[in-house]
Amino acid sequence: MGATIVEKIFSSKCSHKIQAGQVVMAPVDAAMIHDITGPLAIQKFYEMKGTQVFDHKKIVMLFDHQVPADSIPAAENHVYMRKFARDQGIHNYDIAEGVCHQVVVEKGHVAPGEIVVGADSHTCMYGAVGAFATGIGSTDMGFVLKFGALYFRVPETIRADVYGTFQNRVGAKDLILSIVADIGADGATYKAIEFFGDTIQQMDMAGRMTCCNMAIEMGAKAGIVPPDATTWKYMKDRRAGIKPFELKSDSNAMFAEQRRYDVSNLQPQVAVPHNVDLGVPVSKVAGTHIDQVFIGSCTNGRFEDFVEAAEVLGDRTFSPSLRVIIIPASREEYLKTLKAGLIEKFVKAGALVEAPCCGPCMGGAFGLLAPGEVSLSTSNRNFRGRQGSTDAKVYLCSPATAAASAITGEITDPREM
Amino acid sequence: MMRVWKFGDNIDTDAIIPGRFLTIYDEKELAKHAFEGIRDDFSRLAHDWDIIVAGRNFGCGSSREHAPLAIKGVGIRIILAQSFARIFFRNAINVGLLPLVCPDTDKIKDGSLIVVKEREGIVLIDGKEYPVEPVPEFVYRIVEAAGLVEYAKQLKEAPICTKSRL
Repeated sequence: MGATIVEKIFSSKCSHKIQAGQVVMAPVDAAMIHDITGPLAIQKFYEMKGTQVFDHKKIVMLFDHQVPADSIPAAENHVYMRKFARDQGIHNYDIAEGVCHQVVVEKGHVAPGEIVVGADSHTCMYGAVGAFATGIGSTDMGFVLKFGALYFRVPETIRADVYGTFQNRVGAKDLILSIVADIGADGATYKAIEFFGDTIQQMDMAGRMTCCNMAIEMGAKAGIVPPDATTWKYMKDRRAGIKPFELKSDSNAMFAEQRRYDVSNLQPQVAVPHNVDLGVPVSKVAGTHIDQVFIGSCTNGRFEDFVEAAEVLGDRTFSPSLRVIIIPASREEYLKTLKAGLIEKFVKAGALVEAPCCGPCMGGAFGLLAPGEVSLSTSNRNFRGRQGSTDAKVYLCSPATAAASAITGEITDPREM
Repeated sequence: MMRVWKFGDNIDTDAIIPGRFLTIYDEKELAKHAFEGIRDDFSRLAHDWDIIVAGRNFGCGSSREHAPLAIKGVGIRIILAQSFARIFFRNAINVGLLPLVCPDTDKIKDGSLIVVKEREGIVLIDGKEYPVEPVPEFVYRIVEAAGLVEYAKQLKEAPICTKSRL
C-alpha cells in the first residue's frame, strides 16, 4: 500500500513509516503567533514552566488583526508580545508586514515537506507550497513554543481532482466555494484535502493559496497541493539554497475519498449568509443590495486578486451607494499593486485603500456592519456577526464578482461587465 | 442533574465569542459575552455544571481559545454534540472542558435535566439512557489535570514520534 503526501511528510519527520489514524508527537519546522492568539500562547508557555523557546529562529511573530492598535487592550497585547520577542530573541515583524499567512509564505518560513503550525485557523493556507500546515489553539501553541513539537492525529486524505479550464472571470475562489458547498462545512473534519489535477497544476501560487486557505471551512486539518515546477520557482527566491525534490501521493495510496471537479462550466460562486458551505451560482443572488464591499484578506488580498478586480473595473468608478474597502494582504503585495498603478486606480474609482492587515474580515477592528447592513467580501467566513452586528449579512465571493458588484451597487455577475 | 442549553448545527466560534471581545483573556470576563447576540440569556442564567447540547460541527471556525474559555467561564464542564470541529475539540480538552460525541442530541430538548456518566459512556435524560462515544484515556488525563498546561509541566522534553503515543 502506498502513502499519501501527508503520510509521507509525517513519516519523513518521524523517521519511520506513519499511517493515517496514528497519533504521533511530531517536531514542527515553524510556528506562527499573532496579536489575537499570541498573548494567551505566551501565557500558557510560562504556565508550562517554559523559560526558553525551543528555537527562536523557528518562531514567526507579527501583528495583523488589530493594527495599528485600535484599542488600549490591543496596544497592551502588542506591548506584551514585543517584550516576549525581545526576551527570547524572536524576530518580530510587528505591524509592518501584513496578514500572518501571507507573510509566513512569502518570507519563506514554510517550504515543501515541512510541518508548520500557526495559532490561527487559516494556517492551512501554507499547504499551497506543499507543506503540512494546520491551525492550533493557544494552549497547543504554548506547548509548541516550549517543546518544538505537538501531538497530531495523522489525517486521512480526501483528494479533490480538478480538471478543465475556467471561463473568463471565474477562478480559484469560485472553485473553492463550490468545493466547500459540495463537501459541506464539516465534510472534511479531521481530514486533509489534497488539491490535485490539471487545473491545479495550471493555477498560480495565489490561486493555490486561496484554495488551501479555505480547507478549514470544510473542517479540514490541512489543505495541500503537491509541489511542482510552479512551487519550486516560487520557493527559489524565498528560501536560500532550496533544492527541488519529489513529493506526491503514491498512485496506490489510500484516500478517504476522491472527488472530481470539472471547472469548464463553473459559474462565479457566492456563499450566502450565514455559512460558508451555502455557495450558489451568482445568478441566484444577482441584484441583492449591498452596503459594503471588502476586497482583501489572506484568502484574496494578493496582487493577482487586485489585477482581477482592476480588469473588471476598467475605467469605471465604484457605485456611490456603497463603501469599497481594499486591503492588500502584505507589504510585498501592496508594493506590487502600487507599482502596477492599481492602487491609484482604485482610489480614483472611490475605494478606501488601507494598509496591510486583516481589516473587516474578523470584525474585531474596523469596517464593522450595522444591524440590517449587507457586506460582500472576498474573505473566508460569513458567519452571523462575523463582520459586526449579528443582524448584518455577509456574502462571500471572488475579487472579480466583488469588483463587478461594487460598480453596480448590487451583487452582479462579473462576466456581464 | 444539570440543565441542558440546546444549540443547533454549525455553532461557530464567532457565535460563541465575537471578534470584538478577543482582547479579553480572562475566562470569567469572556463568559459575560458568551453567545452574545445569539442567545443573550445564556451568560446570565447558566449555572456551574450545566451542559451545552448541540448538533453537528460545534465550534467550527476560528482557532480562538477564547471560545472554550468563554464557555468554561460560565461554569460549563461538558459539551455534548453530534460532532465537533477539530480545533475547537482540541482547544476544549486543552483548557479542561470535556467534549463528548453523542449521536442522539436531536432527542434532547432545551431545559431538560440531564445526568452525564461519561466514564460509563451514557447520558440519562428523563430516565432514558443515550450512548456517548468513549474518549481516549489520554484525553481524560489532560482534562483531569485541568488541561494541557499541567500535563506539559510534568514533561522535561516532548516524547517525539518513536516514543509517541500520549
